Amino acid sequence: MTKEETRELQRIAQHIRLGIVKSIAAAGSGHPGGSLSVADIMATLYFKVMRIDSKNPKWPDRDRFVMSKGHAAPALYATLAEAGFIPKEELLTLRQFNSRLQGHPSMRHVPGVEMSTGSLGQGLSAANGMAIAAKLDKRPTRVYVIIGDGEVQEGQIWEASMTSVHQKLDNLMVFLDHNGLQIDGKIVDVKSFTDPAARWRAFGWHVLEIDGHDVQAIYSACEEGKATSGRPTLVVAHTVKGKGVPFMENAVDWHGKAPSQEQEEEAINHIKRSLA
Amino acid sequence: MTDTPRKIATRDAYGKALVRLGEVNPDVVVLDADLSKSTRTHWFAEKFPERFFQMGVAEADMMGTAAGLAASGKIPFASSFAIFASGRAYDQVRQTAGYGKLNMKIGASHGGITVGEDGASHQSIEDVALMRVIPGMTVIVPADAAETEQAVFAAARHEGPVYIRTGRSAVPVLFDDGYEFEIGKAVPIRDGKDVTIIACGVMISASLEAAEILSERGVLARVLNMATIKPIDADAVVAAAKETGAIVTAEEHSIIGGLGSAVCEVTSELCPVPVERIGIRDVFGQSGKPDELMKAYCMTGEDIAQAALRAIERIGT
Repeated sequence: MTKEETRELQRIAQHIRLGIVKSIAAAGSGHPGGSLSVADIMATLYFKVMRIDSKNPKWPDRDRFVMSKGHAAPALYATLAEAGFIPKEELLTLRQFNSRLQGHPSMRHVPGVEMSTGSLGQGLSAANGMAIAAKLDKRPTRVYVIIGDGEVQEGQIWEASMTSVHQKLDNLMVFLDHNGLQIDGKIVDVKSFTDPAARWRAFGWHVLEIDGHDVQAIYSACEEGKATSGRPTLVVAHTVKGKGVPFMENAVDWHGKAPSQEQEEEAINHIKRSLA
Repeated sequence: MTDTPRKIATRDAYGKALVRLGEVNPDVVVLDADLSKSTRTHWFAEKFPERFFQMGVAEADMMGTAAGLAASGKIPFASSFAIFASGRAYDQVRQTAGYGKLNMKIGASHGGITVGEDGASHQSIEDVALMRVIPGMTVIVPADAAETEQAVFAAARHEGPVYIRTGRSAVPVLFDDGYEFEIGKAVPIRDGKDVTIIACGVMISASLEAAEILSERGVLARVLNMATIKPIDADAVVAAAKETGAIVTAEEHSIIGGLGSAVCEVTSELCPVPVERIGIRDVFGQSGKPDELMKAYCMTGEDIAQAALRAIERIGT
């Protein structure tokens, strides 16, 4: 990846962050912390890695993305807006009555949303099903998933992690958004969760560990995943919850609340300065 | 209708129907959660190993995987015991099949208390209620082998989530091969003018027994096979209410939330008449032989006949 491409992905990630902040502020509720933490992964997937066509969202050979941690819907919507699946101005309708942009992603409402999520722990199973279908139909489709590090407390994640390996889903790639925080506090305080890489390795996965805000590292991980055959790849992406908005960074309170008007302005100004 | 005393378990018919369906529809895939020998999906697995997915003891994951397959154009039949398919994996079914309006089918075998010896932990008496309340879910409880096969094919033709409940024990064959099942259409299987017995699944046989008992006492009972619990055939319920004036419902399920409730919802809104409900009366089951259990929980032909007389007694009161 060239330096220009890297800069472009970083710029897109910041625009995704702007969309996240603005949409949640307009909604008056939502989940900024875990949306901001995945912005760099989203930018890299949608603008460098995935084979998608916003003009033909149901293209059968497309790659697929599942936001298993559905409360990061603002990150998904902002990305889909940047990628042309939905109009950017629609982001300001997030969570409002009659909006397509439901509080958690609905596949029946929004083009580009591949699976309805929000009840945690379920996206990986669905992604497995998509990866299996692609193999049955001999399609080049690759399936990408983001799961949260609080979400993995749901047992179904581990059921699905066994399935991915058993079915040899080398067309599947999972990013663990490892930001260390969940609603009630630090992950380690809520329920011990050490060395995720070792856990998934023990399950038989091909595991990588990266800085989840380094677009070059994200891209390289995807390339390595593509080159891996016979087993799925899980990327432990070390991230900062609230990344890009200093007063939200690593602050557990910003898991699920909207910024005030002043806070929104402060956040937007900060992000815009990085774009200048 | 046929007079043959032949008995076939509806789960056997489900397994055979999947094989036939698989032969004509390459999009059909089958998933099971380590119960394929009991749900009879192992027949499909033997015939179409590349389209069968053994998910292990993980019903939640199975439903999610089926959702992903459905979202990719496949027609998955996710199979397990009714207790696990509906209860263990309820949220997965609700969030994906339901909210996602996905074209996935749930094959739930071992419904009700005729599971028998396994006891209450495995006797699903709430599954119809759980599935019925999910928006857009179609719920079918076939009465015999022919109807089960038809229901499987109808489910595959129907765009959207379908729950098909079958049973463990062999039940009499009621319909011949020419029988045509249609989702949402009740089928009259005995005519009568004094009371209507609306039943589904294994309770059809008991209802026919009840009609015999009643006829010996000069009461002519209509028997209506309501295989589709949702969407319920409201026209048939209203016609029964108007033409016979009293209704008995009979289901191998809790009287809360299942067929009895669905019928009462229709009559109370459109044509109030006395309704008596036969089914499990808000208790858990227990281990025992199916026949013992049906007697213990007052779900025999005689029980239905008594309920019919009570319903008739209440007309006009």
